[in-house]
Amino acid sequence: MATAAQNTTPRKLRVATTSLAGCFGCHMSLLDIDERIIDLAKLVEFDRSPINDIKHCGPCDIGIIEGAVCNAENVHVLHEFRANCKILIACGACAVNGGLPAQRNHLDVAEILKHVYGDLDGKPSAPNDPELPLLLDKVRPLNEVVRIDYFIPGCPPSGDTIWKYVTDLISGNNPRLSFELLRYD
Amino acid sequence: MPNLETAPSPQKLRRIAIDPVTRVEGHGKVTILLDEENKVHQVRLHIVEVRGFEKFIEGRPYWEVPVIVQRLCGICPVSHHVAAAKAMDIIAGYGTLPPAAEKLRRLMHYGQMVQSHALHFFHLASPDLLLGFDSDLTRRNIMGVLADFPEIAKQGVFMRKFGQEVIHHTAGKRIHGTGAIPGGMNKALTQEERDLLRNGVDQIVEWAIGSVRMIEKLHLTNPRFYNHFAEFGTNMMGLVRSDGAMDLYHGGLRATDAGKKIIFDHADYSQYDRMLQEGVKPWSYMKFPYIKSLGPEHGWYKVGPLARVQICDFIPSPEAESERKKMMAMGEGRPVHGTLFYHWARLIELLHAAEVIRDLLDDPEILGKDLMADKGPWRGEGVGVIEAPRGTLFHHYRVDKDDLVTFCNLIVSTTNNNQAMNEAIRAVALQYLDGCEITEGLLNHIEVAIRAYDPCLSCATHALGQMPLEVSLQDAAGAMVSRLCRNSDGAIV
Ligand code: SF4
Repeated sequence: MATAAQNTTPRKLRVATTSLAGCFGCHMSLLDIDERIIDLAKLVEFDRSPINDIKHCGPCDIGIIEGAVCNAENVHVLHEFRANCKILIACGACAVNGGLPAQRNHLDVAEILKHVYGDLDGKPSAPNDPELPLLLDKVRPLNEVVRIDYFIPGCPPSGDTIWKYVTDLISGNNPRLSFELLRYD
Repeated sequence: MPNLETAPSPQKLRRIAIDPVTRVEGHGKVTILLDEENKVHQVRLHIVEVRGFEKFIEGRPYWEVPVIVQRLCGICPVSHHVAAAKAMDIIAGYGTLPPAAEKLRRLMHYGQMVQSHALHFFHLASPDLLLGFDSDLTRRNIMGVLADFPEIAKQGVFMRKFGQEVIHHTAGKRIHGTGAIPGGMNKALTQEERDLLRNGVDQIVEWAIGSVRMIEKLHLTNPRFYNHFAEFGTNMMGLVRSDGAMDLYHGGLRATDAGKKIIFDHADYSQYDRMLQEGVKPWSYMKFPYIKSLGPEHGWYKVGPLARVQICDFIPSPEAESERKKMMAMGEGRPVHGTLFYHWARLIELLHAAEVIRDLLDDPEILGKDLMADKGPWRGEGVGVIEAPRGTLFHHYRVDKDDLVTFCNLIVSTTNNNQAMNEAIRAVALQYLDGCEITEGLLNHIEVAIRAYDPCLSCATHALGQMPLEVSLQDAAGAMVSRLCRNSDGAIV
């Protein structure tokens, strides 16, 4: 009888990604690994991600999140990821410290609503349907809501940076970024 | 078509949600209300995220804007970057850009067309078309296409890479670069960069021709289906050059009705607010623009590849123009309005963009070092408009004497398509879902119609909205860190 070690190829790691309040630039940067996506397909399989049609996250090894937390739905998705992912990565400025979406934090939400949607016949006409998720009064970085294991700075981090980080993790090492790969712009 | 926007008595109906809509950029969901016989009564595409950009940009220095504003969207950052720069050229009093500066901006913009159209078609939409609308959902993605059609998928990946490299060499960075500044460009193209890109571009043109031929063949496998999937006539709008040619960087506004009769032509885009108006509906943060003279009922329109390819008189590059003629022949003298024609038109534009890049790289002026226009008197207000990958994009700003922004209005491409996308999913719901047992594959038909518009829901979330309840947010340790705002009557608690 063959031993378990002989007949099992290592299981592919499962990776989930999502965008909360972000611009998708970090996901685009992930695709900026270009043709290395073919290698990536050999190393991992994707769980929930905007690039496939899996709508909810199952048990995963790595979760990569772009974007900050700006509404109730973001909170919900973030909890779903934390509950399912062994390692959770905050990817990009928005996820790490709020980034551009947090620029609204010094403003009063009511005032902004009025500004953007205006009044109609003396009544505020901003959208208010129950299908629209509740908004937070302040935009939060991920680590103010759940525990985050790793942070990748940059707006966005480059494709090379994400590639180095993820491949380090996949091979079981602590991720290390060289000087050129660690950028904040 | 019955009006499926609002069901008369929604309480009695069953709700199905597609949440989130996937393989599109940004956050959206679809809700469908059905009765016991699965008859469809209401279908809506909701844009569920909001940012408040137009408000928080106020008070920032004007020269920051082209760099900040692109963070609205990581797929088409160059469009926002350049549209804002065009508005700031005017505001800060600059005259005509020197040829090298304008050509570099064009190069950057057409590079963005290549990368965005390639991304949309190959990474996001092709799984539906190549693997099947109701194929296995775990494989219905770029990885599945890579496994079954490796050559096609790789060409898509390389075309996108080329577009990103054009952006990198003109803007300094693939995503959120800084090449365009009010009055011109801050970086010239070196000879080495030019040669590098020039060496790659012939292959890209060739692959782009191959892609258009592929979608044409696909179409011919089932013309009835491709012609009529979510088909409905609409007005169309876009920029055209003074001679009527397609021009994605600059031009006058042209709008036509569904039969291509002109509504307005060569209109000065700085007067956009005389021609267009935006409506608000309570169930989406995305506004609903329409042509003022026609009113909200009849004035909505579509923008983007399918509109542009049809309203222009010709495409000024030979290969793309000959492919355009082939597509137009499908309508037998009338414009085509089947939603899946968007993909065909998009690939024609991908080819056109590759040809334009080739011609720009062959133009000696592209290496020019004179990159700033002369500065005249301060103007304080300006409108910048560009044809972004997804359609016409409007940026309008006012800036005070201290260089600080006092007013900002954006109409992003996807917002222009809001009503059309909603009509498209209603058409699909009637065509394929009405009275049927709802399956995942059927629901994906709805998403296929949305994807055809290549919506950039991130862009569309620049506004900021309100919400009807209140909940609290706790951090990992259980401490309350935030509250959600309540709003049922417009008051914020
Ligand atoms: S960090 Fe930058 S690139 Fe990433 S989502 Fe935020 S704004 Fe976009």
